[in-house]
Amino acid sequence: MTDISYVRKEMAPSQPAPASTVGPVAWARKNLFASIPDTILTLVSLWLIWLLVPPLIEFAFVNAVWSGENREACIGQDGACWAYVKAYLPQFIYGRYPDPERWRVNLTFLLFFGGLIPMMIPSVPFKRENVIYMLVVFPTVALVLLTGGNMDFNGFLLPDTVIAPSMLKFWVDYAILTAIVMAAAAGIAKASQSRAAPAAISVLVIFGVLAAIMVVLEIDFGLRPVPTELWGGLLVTLVIAVTGIAVSLPLGVALALGRRSKMPIVRLVSIIFIEFWRGVPLITVLFMSSVMLPLFVPENLTIDKLLRALIGVALFAAAYMAEVIRGGLQAIPKGQYEGAQALGLTYWQMMYHIILPQALKLVIPGIVNTFIGLFKDTTLVLIIGLFDLLGQVQSSFTDPNWSSPYQSHTGYLFAATIFWIFCFGMSRYSVWTERRLDTGHKKR
Amino acid sequence: MKRTILPVLASAAFAMVATAATAGTLDDIKAKGHVQCGVSQGVPGFSNPDDKGNWAGLDVDFCRAVAAAVFGNGDAIKFTPLSAKERFTALQSGEIDILSRNTTWTMTRDTTLGLNFPGVTYYDGQGFMVRKSLGIASALELSGASVCTQTGTTTELNVADYFRAKNMQYEIVAFEKADEVVQAYDAGRCDVFTTDASGLYAHRLKMTNPDEHIVLPEIISKEPLGPAVRDDDVAWFKVVRWVYFALLNAEELGVTQANAEEMKGAESPNIKRLLGTEGEFGPSVGLDKDWALNVIKAVGNYGEIFNRNVGPDTPLGISRGLNALWTDGGIQYAPPVR
Repeated sequence: MTDISYVRKEMAPSQPAPASTVGPVAWARKNLFASIPDTILTLVSLWLIWLLVPPLIEFAFVNAVWSGENREACIGQDGACWAYVKAYLPQFIYGRYPDPERWRVNLTFLLFFGGLIPMMIPSVPFKRENVIYMLVVFPTVALVLLTGGNMDFNGFLLPDTVIAPSMLKFWVDYAILTAIVMAAAAGIAKASQSRAAPAAISVLVIFGVLAAIMVVLEIDFGLRPVPTELWGGLLVTLVIAVTGIAVSLPLGVALALGRRSKMPIVRLVSIIFIEFWRGVPLITVLFMSSVMLPLFVPENLTIDKLLRALIGVALFAAAYMAEVIRGGLQAIPKGQYEGAQALGLTYWQMMYHIILPQALKLVIPGIVNTFIGLFKDTTLVLIIGLFDLLGQVQSSFTDPNWSSPYQSHTGYLFAATIFWIFCFGMSRYSVWTERRLDTGHKKR
Repeated sequence: MKRTILPVLASAAFAMVATAATAGTLDDIKAKGHVQCGVSQGVPGFSNPDDKGNWAGLDVDFCRAVAAAVFGNGDAIKFTPLSAKERFTALQSGEIDILSRNTTWTMTRDTTLGLNFPGVTYYDGQGFMVRKSLGIASALELSGASVCTQTGTTTELNVADYFRAKNMQYEIVAFEKADEVVQAYDAGRCDVFTTDASGLYAHRLKMTNPDEHIVLPEIISKEPLGPAVRDDDVAWFKVVRWVYFALLNAEELGVTQANAEEMKGAESPNIKRLLGTEGEFGPSVGLDKDWALNVIKAVGNYGEIFNRNVGPDTPLGISRGLNALWTDGGIQYAPPVR
């Protein structure tokens, strides 16, 4: 029994893993060539990459023309004509916004990103102030900067025969409108068995803030007015996309709640609104707003084209947003509602503290999907004669001084890159937000 | 006090509305301080934005000429880029004062859309482009050719009519979009590319080797392009029409942008009448006496406009052809100022 000749006293030194399981070769074998179908797929993919990428690089960089004064530089060259993009770059960004006034657009971009970036980083404090800045201060400042401010409000409600159109008439009209909406809010609140005063006061606050904004818009800051016909390029794309996003989210939440409301009229109105806007293509909405609307309104009344498009896009996106959010609301188990009600929370407290935070988190991918769709849909405004980034690029193709065989290829490549950067940025931020808000419901 | 003021204000408001409704287009334009001109979203040489962001082109210069006639300043103008679908509505609804957007003058448009066409600023027509290497000099030699064109357009029908009338064989290669047609032709999928002649010249710039292609002399359809105005205001129609005639007369009389000021002292009574040193011709259409002088100082005469935007020295390189003055073998002809 004692003929055990060898007892190991210490651990054997760990050996490197077998050569067949480490290193690039093993990785490739495991991930790329594990089976025959895998191998085929890998080879096909490699072949596609080889087919697409080198020519693209060759076109965009190697054979590209980087500088030149006119089309002569790019004629006969077998690559992208970046000289043309360089010459047109200011137009792609600002459209035909007058040259000496472009600092106003730059300042607006700066103020926008200055407000957006701290809001997107969770660790930066003063979130509440930041939200107020982004939703109230920034839009007002941007509107004054971009249009030049100094607007005239001439009244809208009472017929001109009662008071002649003037600033005074506007404010009288505004006061009447405020009173009507306050009464309506109080009435609805009463009908739904909650107190009337808070509803009326919140309406008053909203109208007060709007009035303050309009007072600012009336002031003459000495800025030269720039009509929206001169706006274009990335400026218009961002104005439409940001307005659409900013309006569609809150409006979408309201519509989604309205559609699930127990009040029949609110529910009916929400359903009609959502189904109407979802039932018509965006291109029809834009077309109606630009071609048909001028025929219906009196001849001397013109509503700004950009404003018409903004309203159309925002309402359209809101209907889609409402359905996305309704999906989130439906995914919340009934127990959450009942629990909140058992605690004695009011409807709005329940929604604000319990339901919406969970529902919105669930549908982040859907919301961002709608945002990205909206961002790309802004290109449709070209058909009503507004020049967004893509429209501006396309219109530059008609300049005979820069016509060359690869002019349009270069222009589209440029536009695609810009759109991709914005859309990819939004998509990455949403992925990151999802991970941050992931509180353990995810199945892995 | 209130009782007396309110009716006064109300009647004043009514009066404003009433004047707005009955005043002519010319007075409205003078009141707002600029001419609102509808142009295309980009047709090379006719109305296209340049890399400085300004509108340029033959149609654009015509609008500037109208603005110069009214205000003495060719920059008193705003442009509204319009798609082909929007253009007539924009004019009818009063959004624009003049549509200068290479619009073909046809009977339907003239009679049913509430439009008037004051003149033809460019005589266009469908033409053929071929490779120089084919050694073809006339469309009559095209028998058996394959022809690239856009589907569902009148160009396709025009080609069919033309080849049938000349009893020639042909093969249509049709594509959905204009760009595809150009690329197919450039890649050698067909022998002939056909569309409006001005379009042929514009598309030629996008070919790999523009110099390898020629436009054949035959024009197989009539496309008279010109400005349009609403047909409910004859006074404004006359203003636009006489601006067009002034441009032609100026070329005929040798008055150019550079020499307009000194030509005022010229002996010729025709020049004197045109430039307003003799007679009261401007006021007869509601303009200043030196309306035509202002037009020529702002944009030059018709020939200068043509050469600057589409002429032989521009990338487009279009020769005058039908658009030459009647004295030079073309059909541009203007009644005299007298």
